[in-house]
Amino acid sequence: MTAMFYIAAVIAVLSTLMVVTRHNLVHALVYLVISLFAVAVVFYTLGAPFVAALEVIVYAGAIMMLFLFAVMLLNVSAESPIRLRRAWLGPVILVAALLAEMIYGISRQSQALAGAQVGPQAVSRALYGPYVLGVELASMLLLAALIGARHIAARARDEQEAAESMERRRAKAAGNAQCVEPDLVASQGPAAEEGDA
Amino acid sequence: MASVSLDHALVLAAILFAIGFAGLLTRRNLIVMLACIEIMLNAAGLAFVAAGARWGQADGQVMFLFVLAMAAAEVAVGLALAIRFRQSLKSLDIDDADEMKG
Repeated sequence: MTAMFYIAAVIAVLSTLMVVTRHNLVHALVYLVISLFAVAVVFYTLGAPFVAALEVIVYAGAIMMLFLFAVMLLNVSAESPIRLRRAWLGPVILVAALLAEMIYGISRQSQALAGAQVGPQAVSRALYGPYVLGVELASMLLLAALIGARHIAARARDEQEAAESMERRRAKAAGNAQCVEPDLVASQGPAAEEGDA
Repeated sequence: MASVSLDHALVLAAILFAIGFAGLLTRRNLIVMLACIEIMLNAAGLAFVAAGARWGQADGQVMFLFVLAMAAAEVAVGLALAIRFRQSLKSLDIDDADEMKG
């Protein structure tokens, strides 16, 4: 178990480093999946199997799927702008100092873990017992995110449709039947084909 | 299992958090920055779970579930923003968004 923890920890750190340094977007995201799997193994060795399963299902499954879909939707895997120059040096030094401080603070006292596995049953009892208000708030947050994401992503299409309908209206107002008719034929064509299929 | 001490788990969380933070500060691609925020949230969740495992209580895992829900909500809105960003500015580089034009 202890060896598993350290191996998974090293894998997690290395693959997370690769996430930050790769320029190819898809490569970075696949390294992030590896990192999340490694953290799931760490959770398992810490005696939290339920959270390890959720890490694989929700993080490595659902969230990374969202990322990959966004990358495919935006078609950005080809572009990899290398604009880092020397600008990375300052932040990295500051973060390294912060990390050294955190490690110093953490390692001042060493405490052993309880060693007992906390199973799904105990987590569920806590979740729907004292933390039930938090569950309700999390559901509200997810609903708000759903509506917000839909609203933000759909606005571009609405604007485009508005521009198109305004153009069509202008063509109609000009009283030019030749301009409108091909438009109608073009819009009816694919629909008829779909009906046939 | 008992020989994995709490401070080693917390040091791992700190290292992952620092890597994510450094990536957030240095990378300029919007999607990579969102991924770095995911790394940082995941590291915070790891610290919660490690602290819960220290006392054998379920509270740490419950907090991780809340972090998980928040990360999912954040990434949904963030990727929707990335799609809008890409459509209006034709790039994913946040340095291109240094002017507010409405």
